[in-house]
Amino acid sequence: MVENKKYVNKYNFAFIDEATKKEIRRKLLKAVAIPGYQVPYSSPEMPISRGWGTGGLHVTLAIIGKADVFKIIDQGSDASVNACNLREFVHMMTNCKTTFDTREATLIQTRHRVTEEELNENQIYIYQVPQPEPLRGVERYENKTRQMHGEADYAKMWVSLYEQIVRHGDIMLGAGYPVKVNDRYIMAPSPIPKWDCPNINQSKALHLFGAGREKRLYAVPPHTKVEPLEFEDVQFHPEDFSTRACFKTGYNKVYLDELYFDDGTRHFVINDSNFLDKMVNHEPIKQHSNKYLSELKNGTE
Amino acid sequence: MERNDDNWLLRVRNLTKIYGEPSENTLSLTGPMFNSNICPETDSIVACAGIDFDLYPGEVLGIVGESGSGKSTVVKLLYFDMEQTEGTAWLKPYNDGLQNILSESNQKKRYIRNHLMGMVYQNPRDGLNFRFSSGGNIAEKLIMAGNMHVGNIRERASDLLNKTEVPVQRMDDRPSSFSGGMQQRVQISKAIANNPPLLFLDEVTTGLDVSVQARVLDLIRELQQDLGIAMIVVSHDLSVIRMLTDRTMVMKNGRIVESGLTDQILQDPQHEYSQLLVSSLL
Repeated sequence: MVENKKYVNKYNFAFIDEATKKEIRRKLLKAVAIPGYQVPYSSPEMPISRGWGTGGLHVTLAIIGKADVFKIIDQGSDASVNACNLREFVHMMTNCKTTFDTREATLIQTRHRVTEEELNENQIYIYQVPQPEPLRGVERYENKTRQMHGEADYAKMWVSLYEQIVRHGDIMLGAGYPVKVNDRYIMAPSPIPKWDCPNINQSKALHLFGAGREKRLYAVPPHTKVEPLEFEDVQFHPEDFSTRACFKTGYNKVYLDELYFDDGTRHFVINDSNFLDKMVNHEPIKQHSNKYLSELKNGTE
Repeated sequence: MERNDDNWLLRVRNLTKIYGEPSENTLSLTGPMFNSNICPETDSIVACAGIDFDLYPGEVLGIVGESGSGKSTVVKLLYFDMEQTEGTAWLKPYNDGLQNILSESNQKKRYIRNHLMGMVYQNPRDGLNFRFSSGGNIAEKLIMAGNMHVGNIRERASDLLNKTEVPVQRMDDRPSSFSGGMQQRVQISKAIANNPPLLFLDEVTTGLDVSVQARVLDLIRELQQDLGIAMIVVSHDLSVIRMLTDRTMVMKNGRIVESGLTDQILQDPQHEYSQLLVSSLL
């Protein structure tokens, strides 16, 4: 009997059917054409719940090819649950090579961090976004926020920042600090720490954002201006780690995690697991460069 | 003030707002002659029709009339809170008065609103955002006009609150914790934050008790004298009109039935309805 080879694989390559992939790619093209603009898309069903990274997964699966090398991190770590499960899934559905090495990867999916190592032209960086609408905090109605984006009417956003400065002395947004993309749209960079915002500015890589539950895609093309919102006299500043250092490497020009050991002592460790491994093994690393990083003193103490 | 055909600040011609589908007879079948603004043929409602007037720099124009006469509609149309059915308006400081402001894009309208106009509503909840502090509300207007310096914004906001006699210590409190008179003062501060040449006051003293009313009116008069802002004052209260305005238009059923110097209208009202208004005052 002649074997039927057509149905050997139970699923289409990369799980999503080709027509839907095409739809997502077209929406991605639109998103890239209008940096920071939120494009509605179909957000098809996935074998994981919405809100658990479906948006990022849609983007990854719609654009992944057989030659791609895939890396996925969750809060900077290659080894946490969300990252492991999604890596397994993408690998099963595409048989693509996966990696922990930031430099080797061509497609990096992330939850809530930008890698510390600099990204290059051949990489696409994909964010899982829980809340794509930066104005949701000041305006609850979607039709209103769309109109506000359409007319670049961002006064309410600015007043909310003003109010925070008045009440607390500073802008109290740790993660998901609103940024202005290409001098036009205000965008939620997904809940990445403030530390990471300057690293999207003029990045060589393409940054794609997928919000599965909210059914929105948006993008920051390579070499695009991304500025955190700031007043003339109250400026944006990333997290301050000047008095801390990683307990393994002594380095502090990176985003640090706080750890408590069993004896109750407090330590700090580099959040980006691949970066930490490379530091520990003394491998060459090229870090992002931005004006905030360059102002910091030499980290290794 | 010199008045001639050329130095008007705001020129309004044939301003009309109709709710529903009008027929060609709608305008001729409604108005004070019929004592109704509902078209008998189509049931469409004529909120205001054929409003023509010029406002001169620094002048205070009153619009008086009973409830439903269309006086609020006129200022709301001019402040772009609603869209007109017909009509044109020109504002001298905008494009030298060559452009019909009512047909501009939303973005341009917002520019005009933020830089060249101020509005004080009857209900402070319409003019203020109660989720922001009173300073934040004033900051909103300043930010919309491009002021991005927190220090300067706070300086200006406290100046304005001083001027309107709101205690500056309460700048960072929400207006919901203020009395009605204070809310109205915050609203006035916000409206004049960018030194607009034109201010709309829509029933500002309605709902305030008499002593607070008097102080708010005093404040408005002082501001008018100090800053020389042109104002359109909408009120059903002839004593407010008498106190504030130079010139008055009387409206009924969406039309202007009489207009002229305030003193003249109060002393010698010509139209039947104006006579009724004045006699009910005295």
